[in-house]
Amino acid sequence: MIAIDRARLPAIGVSPTVRFPAIAKQRLNNQLAVWSAEHRGLPVLTFMLVLPSGSAADFEGYEGLAAITADMLDEGSGEKSAIDINAAFARIGAHLDTDVSSDATVLTMTCLSRFGREALSLMADCIVRPRLAETDFDRLRQLRLTRLVQIRDMPSAIADRAFMQLVYGAHPYAHMALGTEEALRQMTIDDVRAFHRRIFSPAFATLVAAGEISPAAFKTMAEEMFGAWEQPHAHSPLADPALAPPPLEPAHRLALVNKTGAAQSEIRIGEVGLTRSTPDYHPLIVLNMILGGQFVSRINMKLRQEKGLTYGARTAFDFRRGRGPFILQTSVQSDGTALAVQEAMNELHAIRTDRPPTDVEVEAAKAALTRGYARNFETAEQVARALSQLVLYGLADDYFDTFAANVSNVSVEETRHVASAHLDPARLATAIVADAALVGPQLTHAGLGEPVPLLPRL
Amino acid sequence: MNIPFTQHILDNGLRVILHEDHRLPMAAVNLWYHVGSKNEHPGRTGFAHLFEHLMFEGSEHYDKGFFHPLQEAGASLNGSTNPDRTNYWEVVPSGALELALWMESDRMGYLLPALTTQKFENQRDVVLNERRQNYENRPYGLATGAITAALFPPDHPYHWLTIGETADLKAATFADVRAFFQTYYHPANASLVVAGDIEPANALDLVRAYFGDIPAGPKPGTVDATASVDAEIRLLLEDRVELPRLYLAWHSPPMFAPGDAEMDLVSDLVANGKVSRLYRTLVYERRIASEVMAFQNSRELAGFWQLIATAAPGHTLTELDEAIGVEIGKFLDEGPTADEVERGRVQAEAQFVYRLQTLGGFGGKSDQLNAYSVFLNDPGFFERDLARYERVTARDLHSAAAQHLRRDRRVALSVVPRGKAHLALDGSTLAVVS
Repeated sequence: MIAIDRARLPAIGVSPTVRFPAIAKQRLNNQLAVWSAEHRGLPVLTFMLVLPSGSAADFEGYEGLAAITADMLDEGSGEKSAIDINAAFARIGAHLDTDVSSDATVLTMTCLSRFGREALSLMADCIVRPRLAETDFDRLRQLRLTRLVQIRDMPSAIADRAFMQLVYGAHPYAHMALGTEEALRQMTIDDVRAFHRRIFSPAFATLVAAGEISPAAFKTMAEEMFGAWEQPHAHSPLADPALAPPPLEPAHRLALVNKTGAAQSEIRIGEVGLTRSTPDYHPLIVLNMILGGQFVSRINMKLRQEKGLTYGARTAFDFRRGRGPFILQTSVQSDGTALAVQEAMNELHAIRTDRPPTDVEVEAAKAALTRGYARNFETAEQVARALSQLVLYGLADDYFDTFAANVSNVSVEETRHVASAHLDPARLATAIVADAALVGPQLTHAGLGEPVPLLPRL
Repeated sequence: MNIPFTQHILDNGLRVILHEDHRLPMAAVNLWYHVGSKNEHPGRTGFAHLFEHLMFEGSEHYDKGFFHPLQEAGASLNGSTNPDRTNYWEVVPSGALELALWMESDRMGYLLPALTTQKFENQRDVVLNERRQNYENRPYGLATGAITAALFPPDHPYHWLTIGETADLKAATFADVRAFFQTYYHPANASLVVAGDIEPANALDLVRAYFGDIPAGPKPGTVDATASVDAEIRLLLEDRVELPRLYLAWHSPPMFAPGDAEMDLVSDLVANGKVSRLYRTLVYERRIASEVMAFQNSRELAGFWQLIATAAPGHTLTELDEAIGVEIGKFLDEGPTADEVERGRVQAEAQFVYRLQTLGGFGGKSDQLNAYSVFLNDPGFFERDLARYERVTARDLHSAAAQHLRRDRRVALSVVPRGKAHLALDGSTLAVVS
């Protein structure tokens, strides 16, 4: 019988560290990069096509073009209709998942290993030979316009848009991948075809595989399926629109989107943050854990556990190739809106002035980030996603193996330094979606200022 | 394909299931209590879930919140409540297994001494905010509650949603906490899975050391209730939405009962994914709907099969209902094609294998072992569960659909924009929602 002691928590034993699987980087004759990592154990494979262009590459007035282009890929190929393609996916228990973010277009397919060849071949059909037919485009555009209509009644989606427009102004990060009604309405299938020609080139793309597959087998399959993918024309590297400088100041400090009768207030507070390549990356993620990156963070403990104003509150630095946002987000009871904003502001202020990160907090945050790191590489899809991060942000091959050491080396002073250097209270903007008649006077009365009425572009 | 395990019943009735998987240096602790919102009573709904929140507020020997030591140890953790069960889990680096067992056992054995009215009232506020955020302030957020309220009579425990009624949550008292804990939160009403990078003999010793002394309680009685819908019920709900949406619901077999897997497959063939019959007709060809989906809600006492379709701008719920009627009618006349059955089987197999990839958390292997343990008293049911899907024939799907999807025994709920009640199906009456 093991003796137990309830007077103190048990010591934590040493857990062996995990190494990220070996990364094989190869290239086909058409310049397509082919990266893989073996991840054995279950008969599962994930394939991913990673392109470094997303919604930030939408031309002005064509917001939504990157996303609808990616959406068109499984809508027919060669002789196969959209239904044929999707029936073929369904017969192998798979589907093509399309994710367009500001910086990237990522197409993912997970399948049982025995269907690997069929899966990759179908993926090639979609990527190399999409039909891009007008009738499919019309249908998808209508569905996307309908989605925009539905978003009008989704307070969280409205809050996200209001915040990004407030903070990013004319920068391409100001719009969401779905785009706007005006832009979608004037788009044509020719715009999609032109965008596809420009972005979908083997010279820019990386094909990723993770799971039960060797580098040699993967390269052979990739050659067979993607070898005929031609570069549409000689390409120089694409300029990265995300690198345009964002505004120094938000358009307004405090903006309010009215939703009469809203049951809660959706709140976003933040500013333009840092790029993924910032040398302050590791200190900033430690800082964020303390501030709002986990349940026991200052912001969540204050707004949820102490004040009971919300189901949860969190912060995040959204590191992108360009300067992504730092955002605090929460949804609170209407009568506590001003209090929640004040308390949140207090915490943002305190962590860089009178209550900087403590030794205990920094140690706890570092432990939380590093000790459980292995669980990020459990499934084939997680391993493929990790590879895609290396592709998109130019991270070193040993990035995941050195992560724990890099976090552990962060000092208390560094976390304090990055808090005062990068959380600039003078640049904070607040966007709220709420019942304005209830919440507007509350904000003014609390000394937070007169909120500017805002209608985000949709 | 299987999840190998060993099972042990402690003297106090705690069921312990151990599963080894050394692919990563992680361990999963997963603890189910066989209690959910179906154990509540009218006037006191939402309590099981509110109680789940209190389980994270600290216990006698560590009264500083449940999250601190575990997050610092690198754990991810959470809990959830549904009508039939409440689950709690931690995924930890394998060296922190003992910590997770310490924490879980302390709140099973010693929660009450640490509970205060202040914690209770704070978490009630949090839950009321959770309700506002996820139900009241979300488009169509009150629809499911209207559906269950129509399918199940007021005294049936599936009549209400797990989140509970606002008035009931406000009426809950601190005194209710003790009785609830003593009735449902004890070893004989729980099942514990420890999985992953563990040494089973040592893990069992640790479990015995931490949980063995917690006194057994009486096994709670089972809940019995029946419900039927004998005519078509048409309801209407006005909401802050732009587009009308139609919810159709039918009673269907309970979890793991004959017909349950069949109705699960029927939902995929009829309405899920771009090749499903309804997506093809309503969204792809006729463009009268913007989305369509269906699912079999498998629960312990009863199931219900639900279909949801949102109108495309300029189209009506009446058009949708007619088109859906035609497609379901065809399915009931002819049954599925051989191709559809094969597709359903492969998709089921793939989903089973994908699930095996994850050790802990919601839906991972440890959660799955506990589902079989708590609902079937048989943690080794994985292969037979998959076999339910693999042996299905076109005829099985046909007859299950024909038996359960009768037009004259359904609930049809129209959710329409405020002030536009005329957009509901003809003859709809106001749904009751809180």
